[in-house]
Amino acid sequence: MKSVVCVKHVPDTAAKVVVEDGEVTWGDAPLVINPWDEYAVETALLQQETHGGDVVVVSVGDENAKEALKHALAMGCSEAILIKDPNLSEPDSLVVSHVLAAAIRKIGEVDAVFLGKQAIDGDVGVTAAQTARVLDWPAFTLVSAITEFDPGSRKIRVERSIEEGRQILEGELPAVISVVKDIGEPRYPSFMGIRKASRANIPEWTLDDLNIEPLSSAVAWPEVMNPPIREITNEIIEGDSPQDIADRLADKIMEEKVL
Amino acid sequence: MANKIWIFVDQFKGDANKASWEAIGAGKILAGELGGGVTALVFGSQVESIAQEAFQFGADEVFYCDDATLEDFRSEPYAALLSKLALQHEPEVVLFPTNARGRELAAMSAVDLKTGVMPDVTELDVQDGSVVVTRPVYAGKLFSKAICSTRPQIITLRVRAFPIPEQDPGRAGTPTTVEPALSEDEIPTNVVGYSQAEGGVSLADAAVIVSGGRGVSNNPSLNPPEGMDNGEAEIWKAQQGFALIADLAEVLGAAVGASRAAVDAGYIPYPHQVGQTGKVVSPDLYIACGISGAIQHQAGMRTSKVIVAINKDPDAPIFKLARYGVVGDLFEIVPTLTDSLKTKLGK
Repeated sequence: MKSVVCVKHVPDTAAKVVVEDGEVTWGDAPLVINPWDEYAVETALLQQETHGGDVVVVSVGDENAKEALKHALAMGCSEAILIKDPNLSEPDSLVVSHVLAAAIRKIGEVDAVFLGKQAIDGDVGVTAAQTARVLDWPAFTLVSAITEFDPGSRKIRVERSIEEGRQILEGELPAVISVVKDIGEPRYPSFMGIRKASRANIPEWTLDDLNIEPLSSAVAWPEVMNPPIREITNEIIEGDSPQDIADRLADKIMEEKVL
Repeated sequence: MANKIWIFVDQFKGDANKASWEAIGAGKILAGELGGGVTALVFGSQVESIAQEAFQFGADEVFYCDDATLEDFRSEPYAALLSKLALQHEPEVVLFPTNARGRELAAMSAVDLKTGVMPDVTELDVQDGSVVVTRPVYAGKLFSKAICSTRPQIITLRVRAFPIPEQDPGRAGTPTTVEPALSEDEIPTNVVGYSQAEGGVSLADAAVIVSGGRGVSNNPSLNPPEGMDNGEAEIWKAQQGFALIADLAEVLGAAVGASRAAVDAGYIPYPHQVGQTGKVVSPDLYIACGISGAIQHQAGMRTSKVIVAINKDPDAPIFKLARYGVVGDLFEIVPTLTDSLKTKLGK
């Protein structure tokens, strides 16, 4: 079988992200593979261990995206492809989905596409559903467990993590699958994997290679702002005993009229 | 005149998601600026009472599709129907509540309608006939304005970011019945069933959240049962700690949250995680117990209206966000706070 994992590079979650002079900055913090995408890579590798075949990791981005691709290679993906084009400077989700769908078609004979549930920079979280729609494949989003996955019979059954609990959904491959953290801890890259990834030659595809016209983004982001500064008066509640402190705190909470 | 603002009314097992009414309220304000009225979309199987509720919350028109294929939400038949209607009637704006269903449906409809999608929006504004949205990015570390040059403008609204309009029981209307776009054999997926969420209130729409962190496993006065190794003993202690959190949550009708550290250590399952790689929440009251307040946790809860922190480390960063702080032992404070609030709330 063949699967594709789509990854993105983002500032580390520990980074202090702020806006300075209208631009987003995260200081010296490194760009890393989007944490959600590591779960997608893990899921694809687990399926590969059962069914064999290749896992191709794909990213739409600039040179920086290669770090995310290399991380996925070091975890065990078979090959990586960077989609890089001057016409893809600030793509919106619809553009990215069309580009990913074109890449998936070009790779060919793909049984499943895996993504993380969202990227932790834009928090848009629609790429899996949109890519599925462009490909006209079923989407299985927010998947917390894959209970059946058979490239032979083309059957897939998953558990999805929705607000009300878990939903069991089934359908046919090929499909696009986005995963959440319950799917299982991603493996650490092995020493051999890191060596292999550092030497990997990552091919770059342009929109021409994908045989698609430059697409224009419908969504623009005219301004990014720091969150409004909240005036919080910090009040430390003290007292003679835990009971006394708890009573005082309970009074304060009641006064806030939030219960 | 056709209504320019459409609202997708989300429902689960025949109960309307209240966030749909928040969207009708927000839609009425947009309609005031852009002209026209508000049309609600109610899809499902035998959910006409929801169509009536939509009128009561302010919809001027309801498109109602009653079909067995729509009983459970599936993105393909829902998107096909929504897109077909939108191509016929050309709304300017379609609003959805942000949840698993709303986000997926908005995403797919945007592909069908060749337009942009702006999810999880917390503010709406109108400039030169276009909606300018504000939405949190980097889990709320920053906010971004966004604008869509194509139509319709597809927007999902963050739950609890907009007020629920007053329900007028006297308001009524006749829904316009529409036909489904797909038949069962054209739908590629099948819903087999559901299993309930573990324990009580869901984080996303909770007005009150009580959360625990690494600190919940540090109760020195507990003696784990014999025969446990250190790892098992830690988990056992953490479970006793989370039981105290759950007791407080129950008294307050609150959801139980957790820090990433607590989830990663195996104290509590992942659906409870609050933070950048968990859920981003904004309740009226957030009580953080034994949570130090790493940046990635703060990103998930910093917009909560009132934050209370209970932690034994006076230098914990969480205290900088907290309206009220207690420097102390959560194992002493939390149970007494539970009793005290129980009495004050008359429970």
